[in-house]
Amino acid sequence: MALTTFTPLASLLGGALIGLSAVMLMAATGRIAGISGIASRLLPPYGDNGFGGRLAFVLGLVAAPLAIMLLTGTVPAQVIEAGPALLVVAGLLVGFGSVWGNGCTSGHGVCGLARLSPRSLVATLVFMTTAIATVFVTRHLL
Amino acid sequence: MVILVQFLVGLVFGTGLVVSGMSNPAKVLNFLDVAAIPSGGWDASLAFVMAGAIAVAFVGFRLVLRRARPVFDTAFHLPTAREIDSRIILGPAIFGIGWGLAGFCPGPALTALGTGGGAAAIFVAAMLAGMAGARWLANQRSLPRSANSRA
Repeated sequence: MALTTFTPLASLLGGALIGLSAVMLMAATGRIAGISGIASRLLPPYGDNGFGGRLAFVLGLVAAPLAIMLLTGTVPAQVIEAGPALLVVAGLLVGFGSVWGNGCTSGHGVCGLARLSPRSLVATLVFMTTAIATVFVTRHLL
Repeated sequence: MVILVQFLVGLVFGTGLVVSGMSNPAKVLNFLDVAAIPSGGWDASLAFVMAGAIAVAFVGFRLVLRRARPVFDTAFHLPTAREIDSRIILGPAIFGIGWGLAGFCPGPALTALGTGGGAAAIFVAAMLAGMAGARWLANQRSLPRSANSRA
């Protein structure tokens, strides 16, 4: 495992930007900034005409680290330890589970909790629990 | 205009992910590794990300929802589901396992596309396939039984 340092201030600031983005989307389009909902609706069938906006949002997500690299000249730290097979399994589970449960860390964990939604509280407690259990099994039992 | 605004909103979200360190799967996994607390290997950063994001959204949503409507639409589209059904347990349970396996959830995975090379691309491709599968299955279940048997 790769060691990482505790970054309370940067993480609080970055978190505030994520919250600000969610507020901006609500003010602009009246919708929840749930990444799984936005990404999954890039795939057919299309229920509305919001495709262009959702694609633009995702392109903004992709462009963010590149913009930071251009501005600061530093590459954001990123260590991906999982191999290809594990990435495929993890990706399938994340994609399926987030759509089946109508949200992920952003839609339920940030927007839902900020709206005091009981469903999002349940969802967040469940995914935190299974994620912690999964890391415990893979790092300490296997 | 609305397209450009949504690009900017995504850019702010992605910047938040990078600044907070959440675009780094190792940092996420080190938060989820609560068994590392006694040895000092635990990274509590993700809790601070959540705190910052929820605090801003909590106040911001209340200010925004006082308005009659969003800038680019005629009404707000807030989730209306209230029921605690099997899907709100099963979906997040499956999602959490995948999140714990690689340290990627959807936002950071998409943000990593530009910098994470092939690994991020593999994850995102599998994630989109999983999303398509869940949408297909949900569609099947919501169709009336007779429509299914006729097909």
